[in-house]
Amino acid sequence: MALGLEAKLGDNVMTSTLDYIVNWGRENSLWPFVYGTACCAIEFMSTAASLHDISRYGAEVVRFSPRQADLLLVCGTVSYKQAPILKRIYEQMPEPKWVIAIGACASSGGIYDNYCTVQGIDTIIPVDVYISGCPPRPEAILDALMKIQDQIKGETVLEDRHKDFKGILD
Amino acid sequence: MNATALEKFQAAFPDATCKVVLESVVINVQPDKLESTLAGLKNDPAFNCGLLLDVTGIDYKDYPETTDTRFYVVYTVRNWQDNLLVQVRTPVVDPEKGIPTATHLFDSALWGEREVWDQYGINFHNHPDLRRILNHYQFEGHPLRKDYDIRKGQVCIGNDSLEKEIRARLAINGVAESTMKDINTEIMFLNLGPSHPATHGAIRILTALDGETIMANVNEIGYLHRGFEKTSENLTYNQIIPLTDRLNYCSSMMNNIAYVKAVESWLGVEITERAQFMRVVLSEFYRVLDHLVCIAANMVDMGGLTNYWYLYNEKEAAYDFISRLTGARLTSSFTRIGGMYRDFYEGWESDLELHLRDIEKGIGDSIKLVLKNRIVHDRTKDVCVLSAEDALSFGFTGPTLRASGVPFDLRKDAPYYNYESFDFDVPVGSKGDIYDRIMIRFEEMFQSIRIIRQAMKSIPDGSVFIEDSQIVLPPKADVYNNIEGLANHFKLIFEGVKTPAGEWYDSFEAANGELGFHFVSDGSGRPYKLKVRPPCFYIMGGFHKMVEGNMIADAVINLGSINIIGGELDR
Ligand code: SF4
Repeated sequence: MALGLEAKLGDNVMTSTLDYIVNWGRENSLWPFVYGTACCAIEFMSTAASLHDISRYGAEVVRFSPRQADLLLVCGTVSYKQAPILKRIYEQMPEPKWVIAIGACASSGGIYDNYCTVQGIDTIIPVDVYISGCPPRPEAILDALMKIQDQIKGETVLEDRHKDFKGILD
Repeated sequence: MNATALEKFQAAFPDATCKVVLESVVINVQPDKLESTLAGLKNDPAFNCGLLLDVTGIDYKDYPETTDTRFYVVYTVRNWQDNLLVQVRTPVVDPEKGIPTATHLFDSALWGEREVWDQYGINFHNHPDLRRILNHYQFEGHPLRKDYDIRKGQVCIGNDSLEKEIRARLAINGVAESTMKDINTEIMFLNLGPSHPATHGAIRILTALDGETIMANVNEIGYLHRGFEKTSENLTYNQIIPLTDRLNYCSSMMNNIAYVKAVESWLGVEITERAQFMRVVLSEFYRVLDHLVCIAANMVDMGGLTNYWYLYNEKEAAYDFISRLTGARLTSSFTRIGGMYRDFYEGWESDLELHLRDIEKGIGDSIKLVLKNRIVHDRTKDVCVLSAEDALSFGFTGPTLRASGVPFDLRKDAPYYNYESFDFDVPVGSKGDIYDRIMIRFEEMFQSIRIIRQAMKSIPDGSVFIEDSQIVLPPKADVYNNIEGLANHFKLIFEGVKTPAGEWYDSFEAANGELGFHFVSDGSGRPYKLKVRPPCFYIMGGFHKMVEGNMIADAVINLGSINIIGGELDR
């Protein structure tokens, strides 16, 4: 989101250099907020543990306050009862922010096609990367992290992503 | 169960009809006699059933056989000393009017009956706090009724304030309105969760604090309600196995085993010796894994991150080991009705031994950090104590109950799969505080490893499947090469394993306590109804009893020590 001087400058050589530096910083110091609800959260624990070691990607500073995080990891099933909470947490995260839907449940409801399960968190908040699997292996979670890093490389401070998003709770 | 025992029941409850189903006595009573029957079962020393395990409703709307009323409510009680299991069934003529409550007899009925009301819309007179528990407060209708469409989701906006409930709790605990109004003694309300690092999942803990001391506590669950029971009604018996993985996902295979054991006991199937031993080995291995995660997370809550790595890394290594056997790290789905998915692979035994040694080392290292650690002692001893009576009344089972000094373990008291032939101890606590709960889990891991070693020594060779074409899929060679095999395969996959019509309850000592399954079968390949008796659910129901009067920081480690797993808690 462009708020300062860059908004006035528009798309020129200054802002593209700025993009380069800012993105480099952002992509290598993602601070995740783990919204762990179910089984997939256990696999996130494995991702963070010694063997897979998420800190190799600069994303080990797990924050438990959404206000200090810029990467939302939704690990697990989200029910209708939880949906307002997830949305509120997302809204509390400052821009810029990215979202990964970890596992079948977060991506699409998974095996729970029923009265209480939200059929994919993208009906509530915008999602950047989806991971398949029930649960996905830790390698898949790291892969998604690298996808986010790649995506950040191509972003610009001028663009306001997802400003037109409308979910079932909006 | 013998005939004289049944006569004893019939004599004590002359207005009821009693019969024996599997291991349990089933008593049918009219609603007006329900209270006296339950009170009799609890208070009469001849029965002494002080543990109310579960309450559930049944909707017979689509049941092929007509029943006198559409709804029934079933109470499952147990005498833990003499291994006596009793189910009391009562018809519900009008769900709006309902039936009398059992909350004054058993505290576990508080949450049990709330769930029945939430899922079936059956009222309980004089229940002190009858409101939704698994579904959100804006939900309309009752999802487990047969006429509720399984896919009819209802969006929820906002959150229940719980103000009324916490004020009621404050009043019960003797905090007067005037104290709350006075600026010097004012009570502060503090909300932990639903998404909070201390809750290890999604649970909401609302507390009323005086300084840091908890004066009253109310909890809200249901955030991970995923409709296990309703979904199961549309699946064949074998298709439900993957869903059971996701109940207690820290010990998925134990749920698999508990579930198929329950189905097999009704089918009257005796699985092969080898399969029985495999199930013992695997469930004990998973008990160790479950306790590892529980203690590791609990130590993190206390600030001991080093411990976490010692314990969790072993668990992580075990996941890869398990995936060599089952193909999946977490969600094993390894059992089938009538046996196991496949045999151990070659070299399993040596791999297992290696892992057991690593685990022993990990636990040993961790214990060294804990045993003489002043911080751990100060924070856990005499903190959040629960007496044995309260634990029983709230329906606790498993390590949490044993920590309070009740030596009840289904593996000893109602043994299955040759548990009686293994040499192992059941650790029992003396106080019922957090320290006991942690230490019991440590000790149980050593005992489980003992059982695994004994079982691996005496495991016989042979098939892991029974031979019964009505239950077990034919070998692939038959499916591809002859028409009978193909037809057999097709029928079993599409129609499922057919169970005789009827109702039964069967239970298993899972890592957290008694994991029970209550089935209603209409004779088809899909359960007409399937209710899980999750150990966590009732333990969480007694959470306020443990934490009131203690500090808020103690409540956090207490939650870790009772091992609440969302998948099982909310199903
Ligand atoms: S995707 Fe599978 S493992 Fe992940 S939360 Fe859903 S059911 Fe559990």
